[in-house]
Amino acid sequence: MSDTRYEAVVGMEVHAELRTKSKMFCGCANAFGGDANTQTCPVCLGLPGSLPVPNRRAIELVVRTSLALNCSITSPTIFHRKNYFYPDLPKAYQISQYDDPIGQHGYVDFTVNGEPKRVRIRRVHLEEDTGKLFHNPGDVSSHVDYNRCGVPLMEVVSEPDIHSADEAREYLVALRNILVYLGVSDGKMEEGSFRAEPNISVRPVGTDILSTRTELKNLNSFRVVYRGIDAELARQVAMIERGEPVVQCTLRWDEATGTTIPMRYKESEADYRYFPDPDLIPLEFDSAFVEEQRSALPELPRAKSERFQSQYGLSAYDADVLTADRETADYFEEVATACGNPKAAANWVTGELARVLNAGNLTITQTRIPSAGLAELIKLIEDGVISGTIAKMVFESMFNEGKTARHVVEEKGLTQVTDTGAIDAIVDEVIAANPSEAARYRAGEEKLLGFFVGQVMKLSRGKANPGMANEAVKRKLGG
Amino acid sequence: MPILTPDDVRKIALLARLEMTEDEVAIYAGQLDGILGHLAELQALDTADVPPTSHSVGGKNVTRADEPRASLNPDDVVAGGPSVEGHFFVVPQIVDV
Amino acid sequence: MIDWNTTTAFETASAVAKGEVSAREVAEAALRRIEALEPRISALLTVTADRALETADAIDARRSAGEALPPLAGVPVAVKANMAVRGVETNCASKILKGWKPPYTATVPGLLEDAGAVFVGTANMDEFAMGSSTENSAYQVTHNPWDTERVPGGSSGGSAAAVAAGEALMATGSDTGGSIRQPASYCGVVGMKPTYGRISRFGLVAFASSLDQIGPITRDVRDAALMMNVIARHDPRDSTSADIPAPDYLSALTGDVRGLRIGRPAEFFVEGIQPEVRNAIDAAFAKYEELGAQVVDVSLPYVKYAMPAYYIIAPCEASSNLARYDGVRYGHRTGDDLDMIQMFMRTRREGFGPEVKRRIMIGTYALSSGYYDAWYRKAQQVRTLIRRDFDRVFEQCDVLLTPTAPATAFRIGEKVDDQFQMYLEDVCTIPVNLAGLPGLSVPCGSAEGMPVGMQLIGRHFEEDVLLKAGHAFEQATEWGRRLAPIAREVSE
Repeated sequence: MSDTRYEAVVGMEVHAELRTKSKMFCGCANAFGGDANTQTCPVCLGLPGSLPVPNRRAIELVVRTSLALNCSITSPTIFHRKNYFYPDLPKAYQISQYDDPIGQHGYVDFTVNGEPKRVRIRRVHLEEDTGKLFHNPGDVSSHVDYNRCGVPLMEVVSEPDIHSADEAREYLVALRNILVYLGVSDGKMEEGSFRAEPNISVRPVGTDILSTRTELKNLNSFRVVYRGIDAELARQVAMIERGEPVVQCTLRWDEATGTTIPMRYKESEADYRYFPDPDLIPLEFDSAFVEEQRSALPELPRAKSERFQSQYGLSAYDADVLTADRETADYFEEVATACGNPKAAANWVTGELARVLNAGNLTITQTRIPSAGLAELIKLIEDGVISGTIAKMVFESMFNEGKTARHVVEEKGLTQVTDTGAIDAIVDEVIAANPSEAARYRAGEEKLLGFFVGQVMKLSRGKANPGMANEAVKRKLGG
Repeated sequence: MPILTPDDVRKIALLARLEMTEDEVAIYAGQLDGILGHLAELQALDTADVPPTSHSVGGKNVTRADEPRASLNPDDVVAGGPSVEGHFFVVPQIVDV
Repeated sequence: MIDWNTTTAFETASAVAKGEVSAREVAEAALRRIEALEPRISALLTVTADRALETADAIDARRSAGEALPPLAGVPVAVKANMAVRGVETNCASKILKGWKPPYTATVPGLLEDAGAVFVGTANMDEFAMGSSTENSAYQVTHNPWDTERVPGGSSGGSAAAVAAGEALMATGSDTGGSIRQPASYCGVVGMKPTYGRISRFGLVAFASSLDQIGPITRDVRDAALMMNVIARHDPRDSTSADIPAPDYLSALTGDVRGLRIGRPAEFFVEGIQPEVRNAIDAAFAKYEELGAQVVDVSLPYVKYAMPAYYIIAPCEASSNLARYDGVRYGHRTGDDLDMIQMFMRTRREGFGPEVKRRIMIGTYALSSGYYDAWYRKAQQVRTLIRRDFDRVFEQCDVLLTPTAPATAFRIGEKVDDQFQMYLEDVCTIPVNLAGLPGLSVPCGSAEGMPVGMQLIGRHFEEDVLLKAGHAFEQATEWGRRLAPIAREVSE
């Protein structure tokens, strides 16, 4: 929002499905995409008489996430029932947490346009997911599938410290990255395993007069989050300018019109009647358990990025790009360690490798170039065996055919020419073939140096050492 | 002054998804108000510093290992369902998406 | 052949194990008795004749093959209609679960069947266990076998009547505020509510989750111990199930109560107690002293708040537990063509009876925003005070002895119009559920031909002490193993 008279006040609620093998309160598989109602049992269907038993791993993952988000761990902690009626909620209550969430009072540090930003985390808690409704357009009925019902869900609620759509997006990127690093979530917004719901209000700069909060739902990509928040902020400002009060409601993003559209008008009247779930026993975390979870934390993205900068001398930008996902960061580090040239490793991973992966819609785990292989290629360049130009060709072959660098160079005879005599011979040939350019160079057009070197490279099919070619041309053309 | 008015009963009935005629609202309001009248004596008790019993037994950390177990056969899941199509349950459409 | 008028589950199981009688003969006799008696007492909602005979035949086959039989082999058992049995209509005496056949079996019925029990039918009850007379059943009224114009008590009235009439030799009941003990008392049989967490609740259709517990209803105390041996174990499918090993309850029945300290809690001897009930309990105290026990007068001042606390806590939990009945996945759905919200509302209107609706509404109210602290939270605080009273008293004595109910069975229809009068039925039993303690009702007298029951209350997980005390009394008096006269009218 570019209107500088108003400040956006945004809080973010994120729901992440946890990567466990089984559901939160029963042993049904926690897996995406099964046929309807094939992953259900009396417990997650809420059949009369069924009872929940919590998944230990889900609890560990939420404790770990809370620690990674710098939260304090609440002990004892209990589950509450959140009561409401909806067809995708078979018990007509969701087992969740109310006033004693597992994690509280944390923060996430990240950057927005190069500037550091901190968003405080109010709470992290554990609950169960609902089933799915399928609406058939043109039909008066809906279909319900409970496969997703009971999947462990972690909710992360931030303080309203976010003041722009940009900040919101960068916060989500950073948070998602932490969760993926932890192995807690696979972070797929489009599959619904990572859901963001901003609540949005505005206030005139310098005042405390907040407009009523509205909530946005069904945002299925970072781009849509950005656009949705942006549009909602503009909508609220326009209403305020017109003197209309902003009404509390839930809105969804409509891609076709590029606007936010109200969903359930009277959300605020839902009375969930929270009370402690008598079917579940309190959880207590002693310090030994908390320390165990803390020591199981991997190096997190921000810390890794900072270490890459100090240990490998990378720029903040490159370090951030490399640590955007854990596999890439690990891959880079293996290459850097094996070839001893972190800057070159960074260039190749963020440059050529990223390019071919994107083009083929692949992730780094799907590349046919092992980290040792890329390290070998970099060493060959450093040792002068091949030139930088040739290296790019070799790289393509390695990527497409899965061969090692050395193999490709030998197979195709791409070893760099570094013999002075051989280069001199090529330079002589080029000069002889281009007499008028030679004359013009000798007459003072020194920028033709590039032309000659280019011709030498062409004649040698890229194998001539460029530096030596440059020196030889200068020497032979005299001057 | 009754504890519970017919208007309260209408709100509660909606919250609990119990359809009611106006006559029923009046009857239940009278009955519930009578019952609540007997229960209200609790409020006079001094319970400061008394922790509520939210769980009847002692104990802590009753959890299970993250191991998948067999699910129900989907035929059994939908058997006896009031309205079913294939292995889906069918419900009247909800107005909001 | 066994004599139905005098036998017990223990004796019948023994006879079957020894080959003195076949399981099939026992099952057929039970089914004949059911056919003869049901028109008069209507204790059962479903009679599972085929299942009973199949089970009996399988037991007989095992015996022929020389296998040792499990402890309840051949014993006819009735299961209260709120415990899931796969493939058997488990409707909790409600219209909203009409026709529901669970795809799974609850832990307790499963253990009983593994122990060789022969299920003869599902027992009638108050709808969703809410009531004290079984008059709230949506299907039929059960009649007390001792006087068919009177109620059998509730909510496990069908279970108690079935045992008292000799339709089954054992039954399961569930108890949230007295629903095993009070009908046992009204029907002159033994009923026990174990410590909360002693018995698995997995598959018991929930009424009030922090109060519900399954327990035995039997002809005598030894049979209750026999069933407890089968069903008292930890269940990992129930988070509230105690991971505490159970003793062998049969070996607790030593008959020796010398030195046992029996508390007489003043607050349980309320003003309105029927004089004959008072007399019977006084006689029981005297009998225990004769047997060498010691009577101690004690006081539990907060117990008088147990009724209001219970009638807030139980409806609150029930309002949440019964919200799942929405017509989407099982049971009744309204036939009218409506939108989502209206479908839910009309389905529940059509499916629930008035007492269930009242309790759902009280619970919804007491949990709702603005009322939670004054009602639900307050009641749970009072519950702590009541629990502390019991803890303190159990330092001075080992068990408490009280009436099970203030009076004997009332007439059918007598209390249906006054909810609070009906609620007062449970004034002696409710405090026990709030504190999670075990309670045992044992016949101890008779008033105008109707049975009187006494209640023994014990410390957490001391069911063995209760059973020992109850058994000793039974052995020393004539009150045990009395069948209702109607039962003798069935010719063999």
